[in-house]
Amino acid sequence: MSSQNGFYRFTGTDDYIVSPSLVDAVNCAIALERPLLIKGEPGTGKTLLAENVASALGMPMESWHIKSTSKASEGLYVYDTVQRLNDARFGDGDVSDIRRYIHYGPLGRSFSAEERTVLLIDEIDKADLEFPNDLLLELDQMRFTVMETGDEVAARERPVVIITSNNERELPDAFLRRCVFHFIEFPERELMQKIVAVHHDNLDSKLLDQVLIKFYWLREQNDLRKKPSTSELIDWISALLKSGISQDQLESHIPFMAALLKNEQDSEALSRYDDRGGELPTQWSDLGPRYNQ
Amino acid sequence: MFLDLFYGLRKAGVPVALQEWRMLLESLEQGMHACSLLHFYHLSRACLVKSEVWFDAFDSVFAEVFEGVEGALDIENEVMEWLRDPKAAKQLTAEQLAELERLTHSELMKRFLETLAEQDERHDGGGRWVGTGGRSPYGHGGVHPTGIRVGGPGRNRSAMKVAEERRFRDYRTDQTLDLRQTRVALRRLRNLTRSGNASELDLDETIDETCRNGGEIELVFRPPKRNNVRLLLLMDVGGTMDPYYEPVSKLLTALHEERGIRDFRAYYFHNCIYEQVYKTARLAASDAVPTGELFRMLNERWKVLVVGDAAMHPAELLQSYGNIDPRVVSETPGIDWLHRISAHFNRSVWLNPDDKRYWDQTQTTRVIRRTFPMFQLSVDGISEAVQALIGARVQA
Repeated sequence: MSSQNGFYRFTGTDDYIVSPSLVDAVNCAIALERPLLIKGEPGTGKTLLAENVASALGMPMESWHIKSTSKASEGLYVYDTVQRLNDARFGDGDVSDIRRYIHYGPLGRSFSAEERTVLLIDEIDKADLEFPNDLLLELDQMRFTVMETGDEVAARERPVVIITSNNERELPDAFLRRCVFHFIEFPERELMQKIVAVHHDNLDSKLLDQVLIKFYWLREQNDLRKKPSTSELIDWISALLKSGISQDQLESHIPFMAALLKNEQDSEALSRYDDRGGELPTQWSDLGPRYNQ
Repeated sequence: MFLDLFYGLRKAGVPVALQEWRMLLESLEQGMHACSLLHFYHLSRACLVKSEVWFDAFDSVFAEVFEGVEGALDIENEVMEWLRDPKAAKQLTAEQLAELERLTHSELMKRFLETLAEQDERHDGGGRWVGTGGRSPYGHGGVHPTGIRVGGPGRNRSAMKVAEERRFRDYRTDQTLDLRQTRVALRRLRNLTRSGNASELDLDETIDETCRNGGEIELVFRPPKRNNVRLLLLMDVGGTMDPYYEPVSKLLTALHEERGIRDFRAYYFHNCIYEQVYKTARLAASDAVPTGELFRMLNERWKVLVVGDAAMHPAELLQSYGNIDPRVVSETPGIDWLHRISAHFNRSVWLNPDDKRYWDQTQTTRVIRRTFPMFQLSVDGISEAVQALIGARVQA
């Protein structure tokens, strides 16, 4: 990263490869101080992006992992009434000071931080339908009021907000309007080679070819319920390397299938294909023109 | 030229408004585009388009507006690439297949000619590719959705080439567009009751109890509020329902994702309900469940949502052995089964994808409307149906 003319510029890190369009989207969001909404297939590194933006820009990170029960107000603060009640009963501390019982959530912490932070709101689509709408004002103005004390928390430095979504439900238009949007495409052959190199740098190039051919072929199979993604590919390569499998062995079958296919029906479908004597591709030209530019 | 992009997008149906446009201008002011068309492409997409569903439309408009900025395209190669691709036929999903099946021969020919016409236009250098929808049979069948490659080794990709590739065709599913509205309508399908484990602190009650206890803390818990609605979906599939694939699948998607509902079951039938319903839409004999079994398993508090066009031959509804499926012998007329369903369950409604105006023209629809309150399968109709399931009783 570099900071030119007062602008932060994100360019990816050594262990996180980004596509040029993602770099542009991240920088756009940073410069405009708008939330960045990231969508994409599971396993394409949406969550990792926030960590890497934080480390590249040298900012501390706050993350908020959304669950189906998450409420917007929890991200701002929680008022611990039970503790206060308890303290009142046993005479511990000053119960008249409500501030002692206000605990900031991730949003509250990043707004009140001294320096600019990266705030990750992970899997926003997991929450209730109205959840994004409840956060509109806070994300727009980067300020909120603690009801119990009347204190206003306003961000001195607007945090870099990165929001991820798995597309489980659609987000409201008003919310989308305020975001910079990026869709992480599934990496193509060339980018994938770079990504793999970050994790396994001493991989034999012919072996890597075989691995990727099998991997992309699997992804092309339409009857798979859950297509293997980048993270599964990395795990699979680790398994292959540990077992010391050779390139020839890889040509005819796919070992350690369990690392790639996480769904029982998918594994069965593939073993049936194998039993029928179905052929596996061994070179790039066996795949579609998409892989042979 | 920039405004062409804005209005082009709006014309193509991409939801862009001033707010997004200002966002883009702001980023341009800051020099984020770095005087490169590729950066500008990335920027404008990030600012203007908020869903991958619209990426394809964006690509087409962008290509059209900025064509010529980076030189002409090599169309010949592209067309050759399409023709050479052998995998096209395999790329069809079940949904697209369903689309295909319902096209008649003349429709198919018409579409094909239209597609040809469009390719010509594009060849000539204009290309009105906007709004064709990635689902035309030729778009998918004749053209590999992602196999399109604009000539040249794609190492140093220029913005035009990236835009022209239209790699996002697959994401273009117009059916997701008003899914959210459907979901919002379904949200009202709830009946909040407190049941289950007492896990939520009742603060008011705790303070009262503590006072009564002379300051000794007395924590009072209560069960959290939960949606107590259980929903049984009975759905007509095949035949006359095929044209309604889209609205019905929208409803299904919304229902499956609606986590608020406590329990949800779906069964399928063809035309009318007889002795058996099926667990899958394939209606295979192995998936059959006796309809009487539903009455045994599900109590009267289940809400019943029947989705079907209610249009069939009168005999299928009213006569013994009326089942159109020759594999199944159905002694009891379908109407009796419908009566039983409406009698067993307290609340049941019928969602009909046909236009309301034509309901009275079909005899069977008129008969069924006497048994089930019928609503049109639309966002408003779903709201009304939900109201009928939850709210005050509506006369059939």
